[in-house]
Amino acid sequence: MNATAPELNLAPLLDVHSVCKSFRKPDGDELVVLEDVNLTLRPGEIVGLLGRSGSGKSTLLRSIAGLDGPTRGVVNYLGAPVSGPARGIAMVFQSFALFPWLTVLENVQLGLEALGVPVPEMRKRSLQAIDLIGLDGFESAYPRELSGGMRQRVGFARALVVHPNILLMDEPFSALDVLTAETLRSDFLDLWGEGQLPIKSVLLVTHNIEEAVQMCDRLLIFSSNPGRVASEIPIDLPQPRHTQDPRFRALIERVYVEMTARPRGEPRAGPKSERFPGTGIGTTLTHVSSNVLTGLMEAVNEPPYNGKADLPVIAEEQHLEVDELFPAAEALQLLRFAEVEGGDMKLTEAGVQFARGETDERKKLFARHLITYVPLAAHVRRVLDERASHSAPKSRFFDELEDYMAEDAAEQTLRTIISWGRYAEVFAYDDNRQAFSLENPA
Amino acid sequence: MRIDRLPISVLRTRYVPGGWDVLAFVLVFAFFIYLAQAAHGLTGSLTRLEATPISLAPTALFGYAARTALRMLIAMLASLLFTFTYATLAAKSRRAEVILIPLLDFLQSVPILGFSITLVFFLQLTPGRVAGAEMAAIFLIFTSQAWNMAFSFYHSLRSIPDEMLEAARNFQLGGWLRFWRLEVPFGMPALIWNMMMSMSGGWFFVVVSEAMSVGNTTVTLPGVGSYIALAIEQKNLAAIGWAIAAMVIVILLFDQLLFRPLTASADWFRLEQEAGFTPSRSWALTMMRRSRFLGLVARAFAAMLRAGVKSRPAAAAATPVARTLVAWNSRWVDYGWYTALVLIGLGALWKTAYFVLGEVRFAEIGHVIVLGCITLLRVAVLIAIATLIWVPIGVWVGLRPRVASLVQPIAQLLAAFPANLLFPIVVSAVVLFKLTPDIWLSPLMILGTQWYILFNVIVGASAIAADLRYASENLGVRGWLWWRRVALPAVFPFYVTGAITASGGSWNASIVAEVASWGKEKLTAHGLGAYIAEATTAGDFQRTVLGIVVLSLFVVIVNRLFWRPLYARAERKFRIS
Repeated sequence: MNATAPELNLAPLLDVHSVCKSFRKPDGDELVVLEDVNLTLRPGEIVGLLGRSGSGKSTLLRSIAGLDGPTRGVVNYLGAPVSGPARGIAMVFQSFALFPWLTVLENVQLGLEALGVPVPEMRKRSLQAIDLIGLDGFESAYPRELSGGMRQRVGFARALVVHPNILLMDEPFSALDVLTAETLRSDFLDLWGEGQLPIKSVLLVTHNIEEAVQMCDRLLIFSSNPGRVASEIPIDLPQPRHTQDPRFRALIERVYVEMTARPRGEPRAGPKSERFPGTGIGTTLTHVSSNVLTGLMEAVNEPPYNGKADLPVIAEEQHLEVDELFPAAEALQLLRFAEVEGGDMKLTEAGVQFARGETDERKKLFARHLITYVPLAAHVRRVLDERASHSAPKSRFFDELEDYMAEDAAEQTLRTIISWGRYAEVFAYDDNRQAFSLENPA
Repeated sequence: MRIDRLPISVLRTRYVPGGWDVLAFVLVFAFFIYLAQAAHGLTGSLTRLEATPISLAPTALFGYAARTALRMLIAMLASLLFTFTYATLAAKSRRAEVILIPLLDFLQSVPILGFSITLVFFLQLTPGRVAGAEMAAIFLIFTSQAWNMAFSFYHSLRSIPDEMLEAARNFQLGGWLRFWRLEVPFGMPALIWNMMMSMSGGWFFVVVSEAMSVGNTTVTLPGVGSYIALAIEQKNLAAIGWAIAAMVIVILLFDQLLFRPLTASADWFRLEQEAGFTPSRSWALTMMRRSRFLGLVARAFAAMLRAGVKSRPAAAAATPVARTLVAWNSRWVDYGWYTALVLIGLGALWKTAYFVLGEVRFAEIGHVIVLGCITLLRVAVLIAIATLIWVPIGVWVGLRPRVASLVQPIAQLLAAFPANLLFPIVVSAVVLFKLTPDIWLSPLMILGTQWYILFNVIVGASAIAADLRYASENLGVRGWLWWRRVALPAVFPFYVTGAITASGGSWNASIVAEVASWGKEKLTAHGLGAYIAEATTAGDFQRTVLGIVVLSLFVVIVNRLFWRPLYARAERKFRIS
């Protein structure tokens, strides 16, 4: 780390104060994505933002980078509010966001070029950054000649070369294969531990729980709809951390428990009906294939779980990433095939019956639960039953959903209902005509 | 950092000329000499131009070809300038977008010949000088090149991935650097493809642009186009042959010196690379890359880009820009702007109606619409015939990469071929066999544009995934079933793209193709194109404007009601994921 004035080391680098972010829907209503988020970043720490997709953590990161201002609240960087792309805050992107027409060296130089740094110094600093991040010899290569891991190294070098105080990382390893991601992570942690990186602190957005526990000094867990900080977990394991260390496993377990916890305000226990999410047709549904649902129920039903499984364990065994596991668990909960709490998943009676059943029986059971517990499915079916033509355009439901959610969420929800409806054979959908119907092509 | 660890590319700053430099020097200087000579005639007076008639001697063609090529280059530069400003404005300003994009759509459908009305305007700009006529000719060529280029760049600007834009902002790239480092390179591959199409399209109208006659004003500028026009007038077949030869040479030169290097370098701009893709090669590009002299030029350009960036102090103050933006973005400014646009639109409509109706009776408008329907029928039948011929051939060629690499450049050359050169054959045949011009002049319309269907189908067929082909072979899918289930659906989206271009081009060409002459013999088919051509020759502005407006409306309506839904359907249905 750079030696800096001592008083700077005490004051927070970044102070996010009551940040809210909302978007205006076509009908003029507001859609809240982030609600009252507070966060402080001190020199020398790596803070992780962990949450499911749609929890607004990437939106928060963009507000901090000054790319997209918050609707309410302030982001203070070094004591002054951020009102545009701030110098001293550099970002590493999920898709790398390299310019394919520039060589590695030119990509790295770009940020310095924009600052008007004289050519000799620009070259010197860029080569240093390339050297540091292990890209020696690749200076004249174009991004398309590099593997994913090497591309992201360019992304890191490009961010580090401007000597930022804060490095923002938006799921930097999620586009890489497991092995490459692991190597890149440990290389980064080594450099960070040795104090070789010209940065003061790091803010990491991720949905990979293991990655978060391995890298961060502190974790902020986000809940969705609207996104807010649900809890904070300090991680005081010394580096390097080993994934098989019992204390490491215990922390992972704790993160799972926190992530499956009910948001504040909702009863922790009560009558069964109140314990399941999803109330009206305005519930956003995340698309989970019926294959994944079936597979998960079968796995949980079999030994050694026998109907009740620890989420981290089943995630690892089924090779499910967090952003696949949680939506699947949520879908099963919505359909009353499972209950999820305290980091565990427990099949309901219907869930067990489903897991044991044959294809036909499964479809009938799925259809019954879909109509009973997913109001949107019931709604679509009712409209189709009532109409003489037994068909209705997709746009009809899309417009209805848009009253409750953003456009892409509505699209996603409809996609989910189409896929589940097709599996359950509750209704059909014709993509050419963009219409629902009761016709069965068979 | 030790000096011996520096990469070679960074160290090489000392200038030592190499073999490629000699070639580069020769070519660069030849280009300067060419510029000086070809530009020589630009500044003379009109009377001297009229005193020196076009000569049909083959040797004169060298000079003419040079003049024509220079005009096309200048028009291309103007089109680029237009593209970079117009498309950028449309992509960046929501308010400008609402008017600029429909306007572009309309301009694209206005027949090139329609713009020759501007001849008088340009002549008055520089009374008695050739420069005005040259500007009019260049403007005409410009109108045949600029619109699709601007469209392509606008689409590129709108489709830059979010994260790349965010990266540019995060690393503090200002507007200037962002434009040259991100936006232009990103739009380049599509833009270069469109530049090539535009260049081909430009040739088609060279004849019209160099021998312009509007009413009593006739200007003949020295060039290949006027050479062809004179050859047609004098029924000189040998001269037509020479003109074709000269054109082919110029087209090949453009291809080798301009477009090959451009496409080859555009391959470097691609985001992702499909497996099995080999970047195109070009000796001219190799020369530019290897030549240290040109390397120095490139470095000077990079330094110039940087000079546009001011060195900023470490602690950049928080900009107050955000607050002024809020006021500027308010809805009231929107309402004011839209009201102004509507008022201007109404004013223009009233003015046009007043102008046209002063001369033309309502009944004639109906007549013009009927003529439009005749031309529409012609275009539809021609596109159908071209489809039947070129889709099977395109699929056959596209599945054979070696044949495709041979056919592509030939088709490109044919696309550039002006229909006028075939007038002699067609007119003589029609006269000789006493055929109906209404039917037999029609093929001229699609002559230059049918190739777009072929190009695109070839591209589509060569893009069919090998797995799909193996799978269909494995399942024993053959014959008509194979065409119906594999080949046709696979090339459909590509075909639609090609057919849209072909149909638009045919409308445009109708003006040249519905009236054909060979010496004293003049054949006219019934149609909107002939109506406009005759009105223009007669200097009847009202009827020209009426014809152009109706034709543009036809094109826009056909695009909206037929091609666009078809394209949307093709996009949706045939995309996996």
